[in-house]
Amino acid sequence: MTASPVGRLSIRVFALGYLALLLAIPIGVVLYRTFEPGVGAVIDSITTPAAVSAFWLTIEIAAIAVPLNTIFGIVAALVLVRTRIRGKWLLQAVIDLPFAISPVVIGLALFLLFGRTGWLGPTLTDWGIQVIFSVPGMVLATIFVCLPFVVREVAPVLREIGDEQEQAAATLGASRWQTFRRITLPAIRWGVAYGVVLSTARAIGEFGAVSVVSGKISGETVTLPLLVENRYSNFDLSGAYAASALLAVIALATLLAMTVLQRKGDSR
Amino acid sequence: MAATAVTAPPKPGRTSASRRVGGRGLTGLGVGVVTLWLSVIVLLPLAALTAKSLDGGLSAFWDSVTSRQAIAALKFTLAVSVIVAVINAIAGVAIAWTLVRDEFPGRRVVNAVIDLPFAMPTIVAGITLLALWGPKSPVGVNLAFTQVSVALALLFVTLPFGVRAVQPVLIELDREMEEAAASLGASGPTIFRRIVLPNLMPAVLSGAALAFARAVGEFGSVVLISGNKPFDTQVSSVFIFKQIESDNATGAAAVSVVLLAVSLLMLIALRVIESWGSRHDR
Amino acid sequence: MIAVSGVSKHYGDFAALDDVSIDIQPGALTALLGPSGSGKSTLLRVIAGLETPDTGSVVIEDRDVTNVPPQRRDIGFVFQHYAAFKHMTVRDNVGFGLKVRKRPKAEIDAKVDELLGIVGLAGYQERYPSQLSGGQRQRMALARALAVEPKVLLLDEPFGALDANVRAELRAWLRRLHEEVHVTTVLVTHDQEEAMELADRIVVLNKGRIEQVGAPRELYDAPANEFVMGFLGPVARLGDGLVRPHDLVLRPDPDGTAQEAQVTRIVHLGFEVRVELELAGDDGAIAAQLTRHELEQLEIAEGDIVFVRPGGRRFERPAVAEAPAPAEAPAPAVEPAA
Repeated sequence: MTASPVGRLSIRVFALGYLALLLAIPIGVVLYRTFEPGVGAVIDSITTPAAVSAFWLTIEIAAIAVPLNTIFGIVAALVLVRTRIRGKWLLQAVIDLPFAISPVVIGLALFLLFGRTGWLGPTLTDWGIQVIFSVPGMVLATIFVCLPFVVREVAPVLREIGDEQEQAAATLGASRWQTFRRITLPAIRWGVAYGVVLSTARAIGEFGAVSVVSGKISGETVTLPLLVENRYSNFDLSGAYAASALLAVIALATLLAMTVLQRKGDSR
Repeated sequence: MAATAVTAPPKPGRTSASRRVGGRGLTGLGVGVVTLWLSVIVLLPLAALTAKSLDGGLSAFWDSVTSRQAIAALKFTLAVSVIVAVINAIAGVAIAWTLVRDEFPGRRVVNAVIDLPFAMPTIVAGITLLALWGPKSPVGVNLAFTQVSVALALLFVTLPFGVRAVQPVLIELDREMEEAAASLGASGPTIFRRIVLPNLMPAVLSGAALAFARAVGEFGSVVLISGNKPFDTQVSSVFIFKQIESDNATGAAAVSVVLLAVSLLMLIALRVIESWGSRHDR
Repeated sequence: MIAVSGVSKHYGDFAALDDVSIDIQPGALTALLGPSGSGKSTLLRVIAGLETPDTGSVVIEDRDVTNVPPQRRDIGFVFQHYAAFKHMTVRDNVGFGLKVRKRPKAEIDAKVDELLGIVGLAGYQERYPSQLSGGQRQRMALARALAVEPKVLLLDEPFGALDANVRAELRAWLRRLHEEVHVTTVLVTHDQEEAMELADRIVVLNKGRIEQVGAPRELYDAPANEFVMGFLGPVARLGDGLVRPHDLVLRPDPDGTAQEAQVTRIVHLGFEVRVELELAGDDGAIAAQLTRHELEQLEIAEGDIVFVRPGGRRFERPAVAEAPAPAEAPAPAVEPAA
């Protein structure tokens, strides 16, 4: 009603044109390039020992980081919304930090804490624990970057549903754990699911922070994203594309899950 | 009406928060867990970063931060991030408008696709852009190793921020305000300028601030396409990475602290924008 | 003044308006009255140009505006939820229409001050809508609509979002304003009391169609059908027709065509008394409305048998769904109540 037909059309053309140029066409091109040498070549490329180990390492790291982050996210959301402690703004700010910090800085910070020359370095060496240039460091880096996701999805839901149901459960005799399991958890489940999907996508795709702490030891500390960069830098273009394609498939699955869950969350 | 004695309402019970979730103990446990987790994962590493950056003393810190290369990288990073934020603000409004007010086939698909850069690994984003705008470009446009390429990569990864910040506000916007303006004689463009845009502005600025914060630290999508040419296309994040590779962790830490300060400033600015934006809400 | 002809508006299968034609008199306050979904708001918005009809035309002051956008119809519109420009001060809100017409600042300021004085918001120029109460925001919205001196003032349930006492206050105030300013006004409401109090003429709508048009008294006393009768006031069903509870006559003894009934409850509502009756022969229950005086005259109590018949106008349900039975001639001056 407010835009004339001409105005509406020109905005539409501008918006869709921008999206086509920035998103659609590049994706189309890379898909084409990836499968140019044939599907078989792509399969071969992603089933080399290096690729397979990179794939499983990526999954392993995500499988550790995401559940831990989810538990943290739920607890943190409960603390933010259901308690009345002071200094909540500080808590919220710290949780939001990972959004604003460069991944490289994150990696460096972890390196300077847990590395051999870092603050905790000597202590860890004495205990025979290696964090940096090893999987634990990569897990920590991944947890850092994924930190805000679950909290930011669960907190608003908790706020919206209010605690009346929980109070009602308490008056009916439910213990705290029962209340949590039977009342709170089901109420927040779509928020949690959405947050998990976002964290997983981030965990699998993380590059910068993991790059710094991994040491890129082939077969041991090379994740799929690191493999992509590795191959590209070694002029194995098609190999890089193939590994990217695998990651892209996972990204698309994430996108699909996001869209479905958004719909579920809205229809409540 | 016969007067009836009204029973006084029962005194409101004490519902201090500690009784809600299940006792002071549980609250304490929750806060403890969260604090511990955040300290180990976030605060301690950042503290180590800051401390180590001063390993060589304040003068060494200053030298690292003000080296010609570091400054060039920072200047470029800030400049390109501002440009990207501005473009995102404009494109974000246009795209959100099209998604919310316009109707065309495939609108739902386009809406879902907006989040793609958010779901995609940054390195894959870089490769994708290289495929179209790089040395083997099918349209013969090779932007690799140019400053424009950095802008392109940043626009790609920050796209969702601009759109998703504006979209919900546009959806919630009171259409009756626009109808009232129309009944008073305002034309379409006037309505947009005087009614819609002022109410959209806080969200637009929020989106721009988020885009800026992301752009300043972006690494994965930029590292390949920029070619990392010092004094030309090198951004601060890549500069820091190179310093780490050259075993200059202290110098890297110094520049990191500067970048961290920029990020924190952005977060504060975001808070301010948010509260300023809701000043007329009641 | 405003001539709506043959207007229809459908949303998918739903007919919001079905071949509606109405003439709005100049200078009068006309109410569009009806239940939710009757099409009254849609009709108003069609007149305003905020909706375009599927068929039909709208003519304002001899000018066909069917395809003219609201900007150029010279109307003022007031919304139920105020539609205040929340990012602008009261002054900028009220002066918006004049600003858009590129009037000089001095003229705008003078007009704004004048109008704010008229609506009782003098001194509020620099406030923001969020600092005003609901009633104040609506008065500001009225001032804003009047600022451009529209030919027609359209109000869409303007008091619907306000508290009951504010509503009553503003209702009276609007009538006084209309007497002073005399702009052709069309008001949409679902509240028959509001329509009766404010309007010179009422248009009753139901399910997208016009049921009846007339002065409030006309509609109340000579309703065209059951719907209008039921919507404009309380009804009691007696035998084949509908009667107003205060038109029911009760007698302790049989009286011609009067029906036998037992008094089940007597409720004293201050000056009025409601006598609830159970009709004999399983004909159901109705309630009659008497004055205290009349009740005392009757000397009846709960449990008594009385005889009830319509004493005034009544509407008979048409036997074969044709023209309604003519209203009974008015009863002779009040039955001697002894």
